[in-house]
Amino acid sequence: MRRILRGFSFYSGLFLLTLFAVFPGIWMVISIFKKNSDLYNISTNPFLYHPGPTLSHLIYLFTGTRFVTFALNSAIIGGYVVAITLLLAVPAAYALARLTGRWGERSGMALFLVYLIPPTLLFLPMYEVVTFLGLANTIWSLVIVYPTITVPFCTWLLLGFFKSIPRDLDEAAMIDGCSRFRAFLRVGLPLALPGIGASAVFAFSLQLSDYIYAATFVTSSSAMTVSFGVPTELIRGDVFFWQGLMAADAIVAIPLMLGYGLLFNKLVSGFQSAQIAGPQA
Amino acid sequence: MRERITNLWSAVVDHDRRLGWVMLGPAVIYVIVFVGVPFVLVILLSFSNATVGDPRIHHFVGLANYIQVLHQPQFLTGLENSLLITFLTVAALLVLATLEAELLAHKFRYKWLVQILLILPWAMPVSLATLAWLWLLDAEFSPLDWIFRQIHILGPGGLFGPALHFYYLGRTKFAIAAIVAVNVWRMLPLATIIVLAERLSIPQDLFDQAQIDGAGLFRVLFRITIPALMPVLMVAVLFTALLVFGDMAVVALLTRGGPGNSTQVLPYWAFLQGINGGDLSAGAAVALFLLPVLLVMAIFALRFAYRSEQA
Repeated sequence: MRRILRGFSFYSGLFLLTLFAVFPGIWMVISIFKKNSDLYNISTNPFLYHPGPTLSHLIYLFTGTRFVTFALNSAIIGGYVVAITLLLAVPAAYALARLTGRWGERSGMALFLVYLIPPTLLFLPMYEVVTFLGLANTIWSLVIVYPTITVPFCTWLLLGFFKSIPRDLDEAAMIDGCSRFRAFLRVGLPLALPGIGASAVFAFSLQLSDYIYAATFVTSSSAMTVSFGVPTELIRGDVFFWQGLMAADAIVAIPLMLGYGLLFNKLVSGFQSAQIAGPQA
Repeated sequence: MRERITNLWSAVVDHDRRLGWVMLGPAVIYVIVFVGVPFVLVILLSFSNATVGDPRIHHFVGLANYIQVLHQPQFLTGLENSLLITFLTVAALLVLATLEAELLAHKFRYKWLVQILLILPWAMPVSLATLAWLWLLDAEFSPLDWIFRQIHILGPGGLFGPALHFYYLGRTKFAIAAIVAVNVWRMLPLATIIVLAERLSIPQDLFDQAQIDGAGLFRVLFRITIPALMPVLMVAVLFTALLVFGDMAVVALLTRGGPGNSTQVLPYWAFLQGINGGDLSAGAAVALFLLPVLLVMAIFALRFAYRSEQA
């Protein structure tokens, strides 16, 4: 009896939490395929299709709006940001984990503090910097600024991964005649590959999530990102194209959900090794 | 022989340190230029009279911006709301994340599927997630209202009837609750993962022993699980509080600070002043009020890091 009760509360807890997580998503996906007459009718069951579903709003999103431009902009910016982030963060994390000793521990902490500075504190002076560099209203303004969010976070994450690699391994490689830098390339990098992959995913989704920098630097729709363009351009004044908006939402959300979901266990072990100041070996 | 080994050793150390600098350098330079410089600039900006039309910082006006900002009723509402929303969100997250981590610490069928579904809110970009909520809480077409009508909470003869709608975003208290709900929703996966990471590293022996001793569910929870999770719950609080406190997208898209300015928050007010209103320096003054709160949190972070270093 007690077992049954336990099982019941376990699964009902799980069910309620899952429902909370996906409910807006379910409503989002149902809405995409609704005809206007069905969507704006409060007397019928909103979770069912009354005159049947339609694809026309989804098609309109691709043919009648600039959604494709926003998606491409986000992809291009994301590609550059991931590349810049990994180029800066991977060597920095290795240096902090192996080469700089006690001083490196302190720097790791400083880096974490930099991550704690939110964009909302820096967006106004960043506007000045971007204007000064002549990049306002281009995607390059975002390419150059997003690493301020991703580099500290990914360095901190990678620091944990590098520290969890036993020192003996790269020292063994060095005894075999490798230089320190070669040991980093031959031993450190391959072993940290899961961490590097996770950093790339994080860097991409962190830049995709930004709203405030895009809202600050960009005014023309040709340079807008998904996060800023969809809520800005797809809503005209107070007129909402709900089906199209929800379609844009779902197209971005579903791949990210699968990516994050499959990384779930990796993320947990990432946080296990990347304690606040790196793992305490 | 010994001398040679010592020489060799010190040569390697020197080399390492030099290599360390070379590898660390680019990241440090980038951070100094694009975080350090703007950080100084925001302070200078708040004492100047720069605008979007003339963004150069060449004329300083002392505390004028701060005095102007402190006289705005929206600013005080914003400060109050920012603190209230952050506090309520974090309090709800503490309970829910501990619960969710406890559930996910056990094995069950289709766990991978549940994990994918649970992580959805965090995977979505904030602004798009907020749009989904905006539609879910629509004044007229909210499916929640329909459900409430079916179970006779709304509508003729309903508990809150005969109104057909709750108008979630049209009343201040409901709107604040909605902002908190969205923030709890989008932060729960991150908080859960942080807590779960620690929960899984509690030795299973402790739970087995407790079960042999006949300790009940709640006893185990309050005597073993929660004390062991305490430090990491602090980390979860810190992370999520900063992300919620510093965010403007949820309020900007969900309520636009309304009704009236009753759900205004600091970051959005800084944006409205600085970019929409074109008054960069006043916006900077508003944004700088985030700093004391951030400092307090940073001190907590450092103390926590220090303590775990001692352990």
